[in-house]
Amino acid sequence: MLGLNKKDASLLLMVAALVAFAPILLNPFPEASALAQFNAGYPDLMQRFVIFGIFAVGFNILFGLTGYLSFGHAAFLGAGSYAGVWMMKLLTVNVIPAILISTVVAGLFSILIGFISLRRSGIYFSILTLAFAQMSFALAASVLTPITGGETGLNLALDDPRILEGGNTTGNIPAPNFFGLEMGDSLQLNVAGWLWTFNVGYYLAGVVLIIAFYTAIRIFRSPFGLMLRAIKSNQHRLGFTGLNTRPYMLACFVISGMYAGLAGGLMVAMDPLAGAERMQWTASGEVVLMTILGGIGTLIGPVLGAGLIKYFENIFSKINSNLLHEWFAFLPDGLEDFVVTIIYPFVGKGWHLTLGLMFMGVIIFLPGGLVELGQRIRRVFSKKDANQHTKPAE
Amino acid sequence: MGILEVKDVGKRFGGLQALSDVHLNVMENTCHAIIGPNGAGKSTLLNCLIGKLIPDTGSVMFQGQSVLGRSPFEINQMGISRVFQTPEIFGDLTVMENMLIPILAKRDGAFEMNGWSKLASQKDVNEYAEKMLEDMNLVDKRNMHSASMSRGDKRRLEIAMCLSQDPSLLLLDEPTAGMARADTNNTIDLLKQIKEERDITIAIIEHDMHVVFSLADRITVLAQGTPLVEDTPENIKGHPKVKEAYLGETA
Ligand SMILES: Nc1ncnc2c1ncn2[C@@H]1O[C@H](COP(=O)(O)OP(=O)(O)OP(=O)(O)O)[C@@H](O)[C@H]1O
Ligand SMILES: [Mg+2]
Repeated sequence: MLGLNKKDASLLLMVAALVAFAPILLNPFPEASALAQFNAGYPDLMQRFVIFGIFAVGFNILFGLTGYLSFGHAAFLGAGSYAGVWMMKLLTVNVIPAILISTVVAGLFSILIGFISLRRSGIYFSILTLAFAQMSFALAASVLTPITGGETGLNLALDDPRILEGGNTTGNIPAPNFFGLEMGDSLQLNVAGWLWTFNVGYYLAGVVLIIAFYTAIRIFRSPFGLMLRAIKSNQHRLGFTGLNTRPYMLACFVISGMYAGLAGGLMVAMDPLAGAERMQWTASGEVVLMTILGGIGTLIGPVLGAGLIKYFENIFSKINSNLLHEWFAFLPDGLEDFVVTIIYPFVGKGWHLTLGLMFMGVIIFLPGGLVELGQRIRRVFSKKDANQHTKPAE
Repeated sequence: MGILEVKDVGKRFGGLQALSDVHLNVMENTCHAIIGPNGAGKSTLLNCLIGKLIPDTGSVMFQGQSVLGRSPFEINQMGISRVFQTPEIFGDLTVMENMLIPILAKRDGAFEMNGWSKLASQKDVNEYAEKMLEDMNLVDKRNMHSASMSRGDKRRLEIAMCLSQDPSLLLLDEPTAGMARADTNNTIDLLKQIKEERDITIAIIEHDMHVVFSLADRITVLAQGTPLVEDTPENIKGHPKVKEAYLGETA
């Protein structure tokens, strides 16, 4: 299908199905139940899942295939965001031009940074990208205020020109839309206690994710992708084999930067506000974590990793001590306090601690991330199956 | 005039003069062996030919053009492929993928990026890679992780990878070290056959005298970074200086 082999095609279909049914799948608990707060099927969070999924898939094209660890990828996401907001200010609040320009601007920006950073490899490459990103962050927050809005950030204003729409000076700032369909529009279904929200912005981002994922599969399976994997395996050998690795690395870096820009563009399409903190090194670090947690160099891993981290950030972090007391109310008073005291540091604002421990666990026991976990589980089950099949023969 | 002309090449590592006054003239379509005791500078000399090292002095001409100052990939594209002393393959990739890389590298040269062309559908490339693996008896290992192969298999894979590029000059650095006797003989046969079938010049470094005397048209003996003698195999066999410097040690 679409030039994919069977395995890749089914992976793509699975991603497409997950995207399509996420509003239902991520809301497993009825609205009225106590567990409803673990529901992740609200538009804001689902948008973040897919957008960071795109970001991580793109990052993995660079890191997973070539082994070059960029610590400055958030700079491209930020550059894309600013470009997107400017497009909506100057041209139109239709999100399509904004998303396109985000990708292009991030691509141009990554040509510049990649050209310089790729003169070095290994840790020096990482440091160079980090330096560039921090520089961009600092500039965006200070000197470049006329373009970036400085520390307050860049957002839409009523008196923006919006050339294609003629601009309006009274009424509300028009909302970002897709040919009239506003990103914030949702269809809510209440089915036997379950609340499902089908949001325009989410589905737009979801479709983009599917396209981005498909493109990533094609890159992974192409001769170009093979060369990138050869760079990771033995870059010197590749040189002696007659391949000029520089243009390959630069192309890969730029593709990866464009994915980041695309994610940045989608972010401002959902919420037309871009701030400098989007470029900070913590944001760059986050996408590294997502990719490693999910599974470096795997296709689906980065999407899973992005989902996991965003779930923790948004859901796990909301558990407070009151809630814990409520849950453990069935225990005797002393024991209840004790249990809550033990658990408390790991939830709520302490979610970073849980994430950190999980990350260590993955690095040590599951270097292949969530994807490896899945493979191991499947192996256990298929072994059981095999045993059952062989038993009668004995 | 030779296909490869090395003149006055010298290379120093700190206090060690690894090569000095090296002259070498390899004639087209011959097999030229370079022998010498361990540490004589044989591998260092090859490194100077493929751009891995830049000699301190002297010149290296290939087909009348200087290779000095060119990057390794350009030198390879001029027609020089090398098999390394310790197998240099792409350990993370499968045998088949390893085999495809030099073929694609030769085809795409400096750069080719088409995410829409697929590995699986590149029929001619795949068929050629398959054939190369067949010639080396590696077909049944095509989906194996190349890092987990035996050393002899890795070496045969690397030879196949170099041959697939149809180089004008093939540099072999101890190609049969670590190979079983039968594989060594197969490799000798293969190299002989290739020499007959193609326009190829081979420069081979080898400790196994059986291999050297089976293949070489000329032999250069290198000792302590300088060529001692250069002559035909028959003459080298009885040469007193060679016996002293090299054969005496191993015999
Ligand atoms: N990159 C390097 N840096 C420093 N010294 C080196 C380097 N490469 C080689 N040498 C030294 O140069 C000398 C020649 O080494 P070379 O590998 O060329 O020998 P060789 O003839 O190939 O030996 P062998 O038969 O053991 O492979 C040795 O003393 C070696 O230690
Ligand atoms: Mg050597």
